[in-house]
Order: sequence, then structure tokens, then C-alpha cells
Amino acid sequence: MALLETKDLSIQFGGLKAVDRLNLSIKKGQLYGLIGPNGAGKTTVFNMLTGVYAPTSGTAVLDGVTLNGKSPVEINKLGVARTFQNIRLFGKMSVLDNVRLGFGNSIHYSLFESFFHIGRYRKAEREATEKAMELLKVFNLDGEKDYLASNLPYGKQRRLEIARAMATGPKLLLLDEPAAGMNPNETADLMDTIRFVRDNFDMTILLIEHDMKLVSGICEELTVLNFGTELAKGPTAEVLNNPRVITAYIGEDD
Amino acid sequence: MKKALSISRKAGDRYITYLLLIVIFVGVQSFLNSGAASRSFKGLLIPTCAYILAAMALNLVVGVSGELSLGQAGFMCVGAFVGSLFSLLTEATIANPLIRFPLALLLGGVVAGIFGFLIGIPVLRLRGDYLAIVTLAFGEIIKTIFNNLYIASDDTGLRIAFSVDAFNEKPLAGNATYYIKGAQGINGTPQDSTFAICMIVLLIAAVIMLNFMDSKQGRAVMAARDNRIAAEAMGVNVTRAKMTAFVMSAFFGGVAGVLYSHNLNSLIATKFDYNLSILILVFVVLGGMNKMRGVMISTTVLYILPEVLRALKDYRMLIYAIVLIVMMLLTNSKSVRAFAEKVTGALKPKKKNQTGGAE
Ligand SMILES: Nc1ncnc2c1ncn2[C@@H]1O[C@H](COP(=O)(O)OP(=O)(O)OP(=O)(O)O)[C@@H](O)[C@H]1O
Ligand SMILES: [Mg+2]
Repeated sequence: MALLETKDLSIQFGGLKAVDRLNLSIKKGQLYGLIGPNGAGKTTVFNMLTGVYAPTSGTAVLDGVTLNGKSPVEINKLGVARTFQNIRLFGKMSVLDNVRLGFGNSIHYSLFESFFHIGRYRKAEREATEKAMELLKVFNLDGEKDYLASNLPYGKQRRLEIARAMATGPKLLLLDEPAAGMNPNETADLMDTIRFVRDNFDMTILLIEHDMKLVSGICEELTVLNFGTELAKGPTAEVLNNPRVITAYIGEDD
Repeated sequence: MKKALSISRKAGDRYITYLLLIVIFVGVQSFLNSGAASRSFKGLLIPTCAYILAAMALNLVVGVSGELSLGQAGFMCVGAFVGSLFSLLTEATIANPLIRFPLALLLGGVVAGIFGFLIGIPVLRLRGDYLAIVTLAFGEIIKTIFNNLYIASDDTGLRIAFSVDAFNEKPLAGNATYYIKGAQGINGTPQDSTFAICMIVLLIAAVIMLNFMDSKQGRAVMAARDNRIAAEAMGVNVTRAKMTAFVMSAFFGGVAGVLYSHNLNSLIATKFDYNLSILILVFVVLGGMNKMRGVMISTTVLYILPEVLRALKDYRMLIYAIVLIVMMLLTNSKSVRAFAEKVTGALKPKKKNQTGGAE
């Protein structure tokens, strides 16, 4: 049984079929890639899966629960967390607070306890801080915990976004071009981190990426989108050697 | 790379604010006790405290929540009238002001908070600057309502009207007292506000607000401010977060109104007009937004300054304007802030393990 299953998932913007009958089936623990040329509709798929856009037709089911019609907040609570192609950190909050925010729905204390830092507040905050620091270590950001998120260099901002998403305790992690703007060294580190997260947190990861080295290096299966439709899907090596995929990518610089 | 406020420093930072309040309290109180304080100095103390509280409260909306509110005077007005009315009505039954006044503070705050909640329900769901428009209207409406409200008691009981005509048609019978008399407002509120009580209230409010900002609910508010879409994707109920900050702000705005009104013999609604809301907003913006201590300091300076400058007569507003401009430059200039951070940074012990700027 797949963790995420979409059936003919489609969305239309005016006359534009941005995504047309997409069928994804992602098994638990899989590292799955969604690739395709610019404007293919990849980010739009993420936006539908996270409740930002409502699909025109088709369904998305996570672990037996239909995601259609649910709000981004509800979908996050059901276990989907994401990063953004255009980084969306909480810029005026510290790195640590960005991650601790992610624990907001798993730590419990009342507003009154917040006002005076009493009761359950202390233990819950201590635990959240510890867990946040563990995550920051995984992403090699523990040294910058007190920086404002907006003051981090680009590569670290991307990693912080993943750490923050992980803090919400997802079953499925959606990464939108996690290596964009990174140099080859940073990308290599990121690949290790993504693998580490999958292995150590039993995470299922769906990622969008243009960097073919990253895609071929860590993704087990791929779906290729082109003008909103599925061009190919299957094991990574097979898909990347598919002549139709190669043609679609000609002229694209990766 | 610049260093952000650290969490540990944030906790320490809170205590600096509390200490500052305590030091000011002890200093000013002993000055008062010495008998050397002038009348005009004494007259400024309680209004200053009330405005500090109103500005800190507004900062929860403007600085912490990132929304614009133009109606803080309206919440003060609600608190002032509700609190004063309560104190007038209970003056005989609750003789001890140390019991009566806290109840008045709480009641004024709660009623103002309820108004905040009612405004928030429709407005905070929307995106955009609707809150500014609605709070602006709210302030004007509240002012107008209290300016036309008559509450009196006579032998037939409590009588409420929105025009004096009602009392002309059917005059007050027998033993009559006016509590609220239209544009003349409330007269004879018991003078329960003291500097000591104001400072205690300020300290409690500072604890609540600063602690709130270092909690999961406070982080949710700031996250929604910094990036609404990301906040929702991380499971933050943005409407609820903004509502929490707004109701807290209204509550403390109301409490500020109660502090203010229990220092006045004659309370009139027109005091709480649009200009006052803007003045409080100026305190917040020049205080550096989001920084409670800065807001306290800017309110004190900007409220007291015009009084101090009274002697300068014609030059008063000129100097006031110059101070405003200088403060704006100080709080908003990158280089000045960087310099300030350098100075405060040099005072802090250096941390090891800093890898900033490597990438
Ligand atoms: N809200 C919207 N309204 C109208 N058109 C949209 C909207 N969002 C996306 N589109 C269109 O849908 C198409 C797919 O966009 P999308 O952002 O999903 O592409 P992408 O595959 O993520 O591309 P890239 O690799 O450049 O990020 C584009 O033509 C885009 O202009
Ligand atoms: Mg995209």
C-alpha cells in the first residue's frame, strides 16, 4: 500500500492545464523524484498536495486519508511537510525558533502557562529545544542557532527549511528544489543529509530537482512532467535513459 | 554576519526590562516620598504609565503580529469608561480601593478584549490591511457612543439613554445621580490610580507580553507575520494566532484606559480620538517595533518631552519634530543599528564555535 497515491490529479488555471491527470504512487520510505522542464507543473503539484491550490479534478490520498478539500494546516497535521522553491523562512526569527515553531502542534501547554512560563511550559519547551537542537545538528546548523534566519547564507537557509519541515513530524516530506543555488560541495552534503534523514527518520521523500546529479544520485524512482502531463515514470536509471525524456530536456541546462 | 538576539540573551533581555522598571519605580517613588517632586512632574507620572502600557499593547499587533491597528485609543476609551463606571457604582459597596481598583482594571481590560475579539472575528480572516480600516472606524464609533451616552440612576432605578432628550421627557425622579453625562463624561471617578499600582501593572504586563513572545503561541504569531504561507504549511492556525495577539492588545489597551481614567476627575470621550491612536502608533514605530523596551523608552521620551519643552513656547513643536526625526533615523538606520549591536556585542562574552559567513 502506497503512502501517497494521486489519481488523475489535475488543475486548470483559466485555459491552462497546469497539471493533467497525474498518477503518483509513492511507497513508504521511498525517495521519489519529480522532474521536468521549467513550467512543467511540478511546484503546482506540491501546491495541490499541501492544500494551497484545490485540484480541478482527481484525488490525492495520504495513508488512506483523502487530502482534497483540506486546508494547508490540516494537511500538515495529517503528516505532510514541505519546503519552498522561493525560500520562505521566518526571517525575523532565530534559526532555533524557526525549528521550534515546527513543534507547535506536538507540544502542549495553555496560553496562561505561556504568560507566566509555568506548569507544562517548562518541560515542553525544554524538550522542544532539545529536539530542535538535534535536528539542527543533523542539518549542520547548530552553530547558527541564534542567528536570524534571514541572515543565514543561501545554502543554509535551504537546509533550515528542511529542518523546520521535519520538526512538524511529517510522514511525507516534499522538497521543492532543495539544491537550487547551492555549489557542488553543498549539493553533495545535501545529498548525504537527505539520505540520512530518510534512513534515520524513516521518512518518505518526494523531491523536485533540476540538478541531475542529485536526482540520479539519490532518487529511486522518478516521474517526469512535461507541460503538465506525465512523460515517463519508473526507476531512475531507466527514466533518465528514456529517449522521450532526453528530447524533452534538450536545450535545458541542468 | 550580524548576530541575532540569542535565546539565552532573550531570557536575560527580559530581566533587563524588568530590572529597568523596578529601578525606575524605586527611584521615582523615593523622589516622590522626598517631597521634592513638582506638581507637574507628579501629574505626568500616571498618564505616562498608561501610555506606555497602551503602546506596549499596540506593539503586540503592529510589531509582533505585523498588522496595522489605528484604534488603540478606542480600546483605551472602552477601558476608561467601563472601569470608571464600575468604580463609581461600587464605591460604596467595595470601600477598599485595593480590592476595587484591581477589579476595575480587570473588568475594563476584559470588556475591551471582548470588543477586540468581536472586531477580530470578521477581520482577521482576511488578508490585507482591513484591520487598519476597521479599527479606525471602531475608534471613532466608540468615541461617539460614549460622547452621547447618558447613564443615571434615580428612584426608578438605572436609566440609560443615547440622548439627553430622554431625561427631558421623563425627568429623573427623586434622588438622582448621573454616572455618565454625555459629552461631559464621567465626573468624580475615585482617584484609585497611583504610581505604585501603575508600575506593578506595567511589570505584570511586561512579564506576560515578553513571556508570550517566547512561547509556542508567540512564535506562531511571529511566524504568521514573517511568512503567512509558510506558517500555514507548518501547521500554524494564522487566524487564531493573530486573534490571540489582537485580543491581548485590546485587553491591555483597556487596562491602560482604566489606569488613565482613575487619575482624572473628569473623563471625556473626545480625549480618545484618532490623534491619540496615531500618537500611540508613533510611540510604537519610533520605539523600533517588536522591541518592548524600545517602545517603553520612546513613549516616555515622546510623551514627557512636549511638557518639558513647554517653557520654550514657540520652539516647542520645532524641537519635538526634530526629536521625532532623529529617533526615526536612530531606530531605522542600518549603520546606527550595526554600531549599537557592535557596542552591545562587545559587552557580551564571546561564544566559541561560530561559523557564520563561511558560505
Ligand atoms: N496561481 C497560478 N495561476 C495561473 N497560472 C499558474 C499559477 N501557478 C502556476 N501557474 C502556471 O502553471 C504552470 C506550472 O507552474 P509551476 O510553477 O508548477 O512549474 P514548475 O514545474 O514548478 O517550474 P519551475 O521548474 O520553473 O519551478 C506555469 O505555466 C505557471 O505559469
Ligand atoms: Mg517550481
